[in-house]
Amino acid sequence: MIAPVARAEGLTKRFAKSGVLALDGVDLAVVPGQMTGLVGPDGAGKTTLIRMLAGLVEPDAGTIEVFGAPAAAADRAQIGYMPQRFGLYEDLTVIENLTLYAELRGLAASERAASFARLLDFTDLQRFQNRRAGQLSGGMKQKLGLACAMVREPRLLLLDEPGVGVDPVSRRELWAMVRTLAGDGVGVLWSTAYLDEAEKCDTVFLLNEGRMLHGGAPGDLLGRVKDRVVRVAVPSADRRQILERVLGHDAVMDGTVQGDALRLLLSTPAAILSPTDFGLPAIVVEPTEPRFEDAFIDMLGGGAKGGSPLARAYRRVPPNDAPAISAAGLTKVFGDFTAARDIGFSVPRGQIFGLLGPNGAGKSTTFKMLCGLLTPSAGTGSVAGFDLRNAKAEARQSLGYMAQKVSLYGDLSVQQNLDFFAGIYGLQGPARREATARVTEIFGLQRYLGVNSGTLPLGYKQRLALACAVMHEPPVLFLDEPTSGVDPIVRREFWSHINGLVEKGVTVLVTTHFMEEAEYCDRIALIYRAEQIATGTPDELKSQAGTPDGSMEDAFIALIEAADRGREAA
Amino acid sequence: MSARWNRRRFGAMLVKETLQILRDPSTFLIAFVLPVVLIFLYGFGVNLDTARTRIALSVQDDGGAAQSLAGAFQHSRWFEVVTTGDLAAMQRDMVAGRVRGIVVIPADFSQHIARGSGGDIQVITDGSSPNTASFVGAYAQGVQSAWAAAYQFDRGRHVVPAIAIDQRFWFNPELASRFFLVPGAIAIVMTMIGTLLTALVIAREWERGTMEAIMATPISMSEFMATKVIPYFVLGLGSMTLCAMLAVFVFGVPFRGSPLALLAISSAFLVPALGQGLFISAATKNQFVASQIALLTAFLPGMMLSGFLFEISSMPRWIRTVTYLVPARYLIPPLQTVFVAGDDWSLFLPDMAAMLGFGLVFFALAVRATRRRIA
Amino acid sequence: MNTAGFGRILAMIVKELWAVLRDPRARITLIAPPLLQLILFSAAATLEVKNITVGVYNRDGGAASAEFINQLAGSPDVQRLIPLHSAQDVSAAIDDQRVIAVVEFDEGFSRAVAARHTATVQAIFDGRRSNAAQIVSSYFERIAAATGAALRPAARPAGEVIITNWFNPNLDYLWFIMPSLVVTISSLSALSVTVQSVARERELGTFDQLMVSPLRLHEILIGKMTPPLLIGLFNGTLYLIVIPLIYGVPMTGAVGSFYFALIFCQLAIIGIGMFVSALSQTQQQGFLGMFLVTVPMTLLSGFASPVANMPWWLQIVAQANPQMHFMIISEGLFLKAMPFADVLANTWPLIVIAAVTLTAATLQFRSRVE
Repeated sequence: MIAPVARAEGLTKRFAKSGVLALDGVDLAVVPGQMTGLVGPDGAGKTTLIRMLAGLVEPDAGTIEVFGAPAAAADRAQIGYMPQRFGLYEDLTVIENLTLYAELRGLAASERAASFARLLDFTDLQRFQNRRAGQLSGGMKQKLGLACAMVREPRLLLLDEPGVGVDPVSRRELWAMVRTLAGDGVGVLWSTAYLDEAEKCDTVFLLNEGRMLHGGAPGDLLGRVKDRVVRVAVPSADRRQILERVLGHDAVMDGTVQGDALRLLLSTPAAILSPTDFGLPAIVVEPTEPRFEDAFIDMLGGGAKGGSPLARAYRRVPPNDAPAISAAGLTKVFGDFTAARDIGFSVPRGQIFGLLGPNGAGKSTTFKMLCGLLTPSAGTGSVAGFDLRNAKAEARQSLGYMAQKVSLYGDLSVQQNLDFFAGIYGLQGPARREATARVTEIFGLQRYLGVNSGTLPLGYKQRLALACAVMHEPPVLFLDEPTSGVDPIVRREFWSHINGLVEKGVTVLVTTHFMEEAEYCDRIALIYRAEQIATGTPDELKSQAGTPDGSMEDAFIALIEAADRGREAA
Repeated sequence: MSARWNRRRFGAMLVKETLQILRDPSTFLIAFVLPVVLIFLYGFGVNLDTARTRIALSVQDDGGAAQSLAGAFQHSRWFEVVTTGDLAAMQRDMVAGRVRGIVVIPADFSQHIARGSGGDIQVITDGSSPNTASFVGAYAQGVQSAWAAAYQFDRGRHVVPAIAIDQRFWFNPELASRFFLVPGAIAIVMTMIGTLLTALVIAREWERGTMEAIMATPISMSEFMATKVIPYFVLGLGSMTLCAMLAVFVFGVPFRGSPLALLAISSAFLVPALGQGLFISAATKNQFVASQIALLTAFLPGMMLSGFLFEISSMPRWIRTVTYLVPARYLIPPLQTVFVAGDDWSLFLPDMAAMLGFGLVFFALAVRATRRRIA
Repeated sequence: MNTAGFGRILAMIVKELWAVLRDPRARITLIAPPLLQLILFSAAATLEVKNITVGVYNRDGGAASAEFINQLAGSPDVQRLIPLHSAQDVSAAIDDQRVIAVVEFDEGFSRAVAARHTATVQAIFDGRRSNAAQIVSSYFERIAAATGAALRPAARPAGEVIITNWFNPNLDYLWFIMPSLVVTISSLSALSVTVQSVARERELGTFDQLMVSPLRLHEILIGKMTPPLLIGLFNGTLYLIVIPLIYGVPMTGAVGSFYFALIFCQLAIIGIGMFVSALSQTQQQGFLGMFLVTVPMTLLSGFASPVANMPWWLQIVAQANPQMHFMIISEGLFLKAMPFADVLANTWPLIVIAAVTLTAATLQFRSRVE
């Protein structure tokens, strides 16, 4: 066996402030020529572990070695490190950032031209050499960050969640870059919350609450869920309802929507499901390939069950034939740059509509125009029947909003956050007390009421943010990357609430980079280069992309590539 | 980590730091706009030289002597008589702040003068502005005694005072307060750049996550700190030069010392200023906290306790002791001297030594606080 | 305004207050600078010149110079006399700032006094510290007059100037500092809270959350302006109590008038702060912007030097400074029992400034929403 470039044994670290163990007896090895995945929910200790490898954090106990020396004394010129925020100087240009890191890592002057040319070519940043890093899009920053980490070929490459907040296209490109650029002798440690990435690694370490749950090839884990994952076709109109019903079954540990079928994780290979469990006359249960995520959820004890108490307590939104959200010809121009052009769709009451697209393609602009944060340059939009131009306040009153960065007031306590959001949505006196008490109960926030919301675990932040958005029981919900960076368990719970609310007649507009979440949508608009390039149900998009049986991610990428070809042809 | 000083790493960081200074508008604002504003305000606005003070004059006597004295007040270069007549109205003016003093020449004034006995006048000042009030009192006495001497001389009664004082103000014969305010403003500006700006830029590296990426490279901490210090040192000297030029060429402040001395004094001061900035940022790692601490520990003491605005010798003993801990205290005397008096190395050297001493302490603290550790 | 609107504003105000009071960093800005300034200013700020050291170069040695030196040594402001023995000594002592001034008696000094001539004392001052030198020179004048009177009682010129200091009989500098400090510190705390309020939401990403809520623009603004106003009023009240009780500076005017003017001054300041805040992208920019505003505002307030001493064009600029107007009112109310008519005369410019700055802030805020 080849000697690992980095090795850790029994690593323990406790941060004084919280008193919680960030790492608890962790072992790890990074082997050259391999992609090593570091997977785990937020707060699992991934970043602490990577910083230790970079020599930036000292362990309380245990040994950590890089190139056979203690990590703090290792030759840093041979370590490539890309922190979560990329470590770029925003007021320096692309080439200046590269030069800086080349000099700091002691890249020989004779190799510089070749190295730069190769990296700029791979990252497709050639054209933007003289643009300041601050003006690059998220995906481009990511690539530049990677280029800086690899400017002198390292022996150990440490990447801390390089895929967070990035669209599927950019993530695939990033993955391919690392695979290609990192030659045979490089050990790559790739930390991620995306389990599909983990699946592609040669070796995966699964970290949860500071403990290493598993270390080995991803396939090793799949053994435990062998023969336990099935696919059941259901009528697509009722799939969310059926999913909720079937999740109540003891034998079902987890379930997701996939096109016109449900994908279920059973508690044992022998578990039998009957049509009555689905409320259907007949079902066909087909076994399907287990995935890493199934194993992950299985190890952590299964997904959310028992339906959504939030939805049960929610009012029924009265039926209405008028669309709950509509957009016609929405266009936004900033100076000479068109951020969104002629976007149009309408969402009937009680449906989920997804806005997908690469970073910087215009989906956020569209989203912001519809919730009134940006005034359209042309076109109209309405929410719950209120025109965004002349009934802004009424439109705002009828929507609940939850943003990707979990927009809570971190220095205010949970109770104060709830009181504030109830207050600004016009709930007063007994109505306010009743509403805050209800969501406190539903989301299990009692023990956190006096705690600053900034110090909550991410999962609870997520719950609190949703609670704040729905206290006034709006007919329409706007969710902007609501589950970014959250582990699959919390994501399941979140979607169980959303699905339940939709059944009560709530209409949802959502943007996301998780393609499996796109499957929950009734309809999707794909936005690329400011244009709406495709609109339809998930299955329609898959057929349009020519990948009817593929994943949503395949369809997404195929459609975007088709749009690029169309542009080049034109 | 390679402990050896590496010229390429050092050069690359220096280039990066310089580019950032050139491109960041807030650096420009603090390093060049604020100094100009400050110098202009101290040059024009903060003027401790008393101009003509507005007073009221109540003449209750028609006699020749009284009228003659009233005339002396009206023509004085120290006063501007804005109201005469009704005493009640004058009192109201004083309350409203329209006049800063009332001169009352009583009804029997001319009689007393004629008899050669007494002839007192009353001056009421507005004590709510004590500085102006004491000037009003002193100048009123001056006007009265000059008038008395002239009046008696005219009448052949030549009375000479026993002792006269021949006053000479070295270095600044016109007693223009901008001569000492403008050099003082330079001290403030260098404090701002050395401490506030330096504290901010390093805290910013922590906040934006670039510190993490830099620390993971082979750069040594001493290289890192040197590349922070040198550009801001140069910037501080540049800003000082701009201020000095403005002071000399726009505000006519004399420059009697040598540029070399000015450079040496300023450099000596920038050492503790930069050291303090480095220490603050290393200890706080947060721009907001760093800026507040820099304000409280560098700017305010530099303003209040350096002898720039207020006389240290007049302060209570405990606070006089505190002033010895303020590096700016050692900057103000040599700075004022090099501008208006000239080179006096016997004055400069001890002060420079004190500043460098503080610098050493701050740098030692900063090195201790800046460790290659995230947590 | 309907009750829903009122409820929203109330929720906004409560949230803003908590935001200030719970954020430990914001608490620092509320407590530390006012406290430190109070201590520093009360202790260090003085325009009096005390504890001075004077050099004496006596080439006379007679009775008259001895009398002068005696009087000098007995002066409460003089701490120490340093005998000097040559002209070089004199210039060295001044150059090195060992002394602020030197008195020099020539050989014929006592003889001149005896001969009933006017004897002249040479006084040399360190002009680098021109303000202190000027004040010391007035001490010397007084000592010269006193010595002259002692040596030659008959030579008194006819008539005296009897000086009465109204409002502050002992010309205690603290009596001036404290009412001024009310103005600068209440302004500063209101400003630092305001400046952070919008910038912080933008940095934390909660700004969008506010904008998609049913809160109207004016409700957000009222919600954001109330806490700084309350904090400014709190500080003002604190100083109103502390100044008479601890520092013994009398409060002679009507407390109601004080609050009347304070509120408008705060509103004007808050308008400025809100404008800067809406202009800034980050808290850092907000802070630097505040710094850039505060320094000139304080220097042009009459605190550092009388506005009347400034050139005419700067006096016009100072009219736009809320602190300058409030400074007049504060000094007037503390020391001069200023009647309401005069308070009003100085408050209406504040009302105008407040109207202008608040409108500008609203416009800037509105344009930033886009």
